[in-house]
Amino acid sequence: MRKIKDDIIEKIIFFCGILSIVFVVLIFGFLIKEGISFFKEFGIVDFIIGKFWYPSANPPEFGILSLIVGSVLVTVGACIIAVPVGIMAAVYISELAPKQIKDILKSLVELMAAVPSVVIGFVGMVSLAPLVRVFFNIPTGLTAFTGSIMLAFMAMPTIVTISEDAIRSVPWQYKEGAFALGATKWQTIRRIVLKAAMPGIIAAIMLGIGRVIGETMAVMMITGNAAHIPHSIFEPVRTMTATIAAEMGETVTGGLHYRALFAIALVLFFITFLVNFIADLFLGRSKNK
Amino acid sequence: MRKNIFLSICLFLFLFLISCANERNSKGNSIQIKGSDTMVNLVQVWAEKFVENRPEVNVGVTGGGSGTGFAALINETCDIAMSSRKIEDREEDEAAKNNLTVQEIVVGLDGLVILVNKDNPINELTMDQARDIFMRNVSNWKELGGDDLEIVILSREGNSGTHMFFKEKVLRRGNPKAKDEFSPYALLMPSSQAIFDEVSQNPHAVGYVGMGFSNDEVKVLKIAKDKKSKYIAPTPGNILSNSYPISRLLFLYTKKDSSVTVKEFISFALSPEGQKIVLETDFVPIK
Repeated sequence: MRKIKDDIIEKIIFFCGILSIVFVVLIFGFLIKEGISFFKEFGIVDFIIGKFWYPSANPPEFGILSLIVGSVLVTVGACIIAVPVGIMAAVYISELAPKQIKDILKSLVELMAAVPSVVIGFVGMVSLAPLVRVFFNIPTGLTAFTGSIMLAFMAMPTIVTISEDAIRSVPWQYKEGAFALGATKWQTIRRIVLKAAMPGIIAAIMLGIGRVIGETMAVMMITGNAAHIPHSIFEPVRTMTATIAAEMGETVTGGLHYRALFAIALVLFFITFLVNFIADLFLGRSKNK
Repeated sequence: MRKNIFLSICLFLFLFLISCANERNSKGNSIQIKGSDTMVNLVQVWAEKFVENRPEVNVGVTGGGSGTGFAALINETCDIAMSSRKIEDREEDEAAKNNLTVQEIVVGLDGLVILVNKDNPINELTMDQARDIFMRNVSNWKELGGDDLEIVILSREGNSGTHMFFKEKVLRRGNPKAKDEFSPYALLMPSSQAIFDEVSQNPHAVGYVGMGFSNDEVKVLKIAKDKKSKYIAPTPGNILSNSYPISRLLFLYTKKDSSVTVKEFISFALSPEGQKIVLETDFVPIK
């Protein structure tokens, strides 16, 4: 009897285990199928370097260069804001903060991760966008910069929690050694702790980037969605995710436009896969040490 | 190991079949309506009044844009598509491919209004000036006699009937073969409400929405057909008399062999009571 129970539970766990792999493979297969059939009809080079995205024009144009630039610009902007702030917050939480503040900060950061993206988008649209417009004296507040700020908020919890783990797992002997040599606290943190935790921190940044580049609702609401190649971060941009979300509803299953959106998803999947792969590489390295 | 995989595949197939079976089982007493964001408010009120007399019927109304409605009608995930534009040949072909004949019912009229911020001194535009703005042939309000501010163009997304209609009527001057498009600098906003919100707080902005959306927080421009014509405000009277240049028909689309409940809903929309609701929700009734 116990044996049977054990067997069943084992099977259930096994099933759950392979489920995630099955899903990823299915999603990837589906994207490849629709994407490839689009590339056969339209051409991958025109797709990647084309400047104009007019899917419902006649004949339609499917150039996603401006969308790629939009996604990259928003992501880079968000990283420039979120990475320094996130790492410093992690250092403060794990090395400097008194116990009580540390507990409060940790739970607040985790709470931040739970704010739904549509709420972040809404706050950005009604309160941040007008501020950005007036403060920088630009024609509209719905810009890549506004998107970057709000997305930095979304990436920060990921960066803080994972870097904090990495910093905390630096062996205390390292620190004691540094103090024994007469290093100050700042020198120890900068030269010893951060250096030892670096692989974990880089993995945290990569996961943060993954979160930002895949984010949809918030960017759709606050970046303005103008499909042109921006000259600065203070111009509206359109991201790949927002394009898929905004246009999927209008397409007829199997049509060219439908498959073009899948092709964008394929490009996006490829980018996030690359980012996650790099993160894994660094995480693996930190464990082997 | 192999047995495990076999088991999981079986479970998968089982779940898949269940979900398929559910989809096939379409219910006679529920109506799914999808499509134009412009018409959501109107159709929602129709649905509420209709259900008052027929409590056993379930009516679900969702927006998304006219294109979304047609796509759903063709994919048979809704019973009625509401649309602020006529069905395109391309969509009719898609429907024919799925063995579907669509039926078109005109239920009202709507005017598209061009909105600017209240602080913008401009009060009126000709159709050509509006075209220049949205194609970015002019990029500063100064060139139209306004303040020295860069123009920020707000547009709806491509799946919106409002977007298609504005493009056809204003940008392409009613010529369906023209290839003019909105400037790539145009900001594509996810809803008419978003356009309204941005215009009400940004003096640079100009946008267009259905007349149901306008109120005192923004300025509605008067439009003239050309330089010699009079500037006309978008009032119900001016739209019905066809003197306001950017007006359009509102449609409901169903498939030919739709259920009795769907037919009843449509005849309710066309009844005097239904048409009164059209007027109450700031559109123009056809009768």
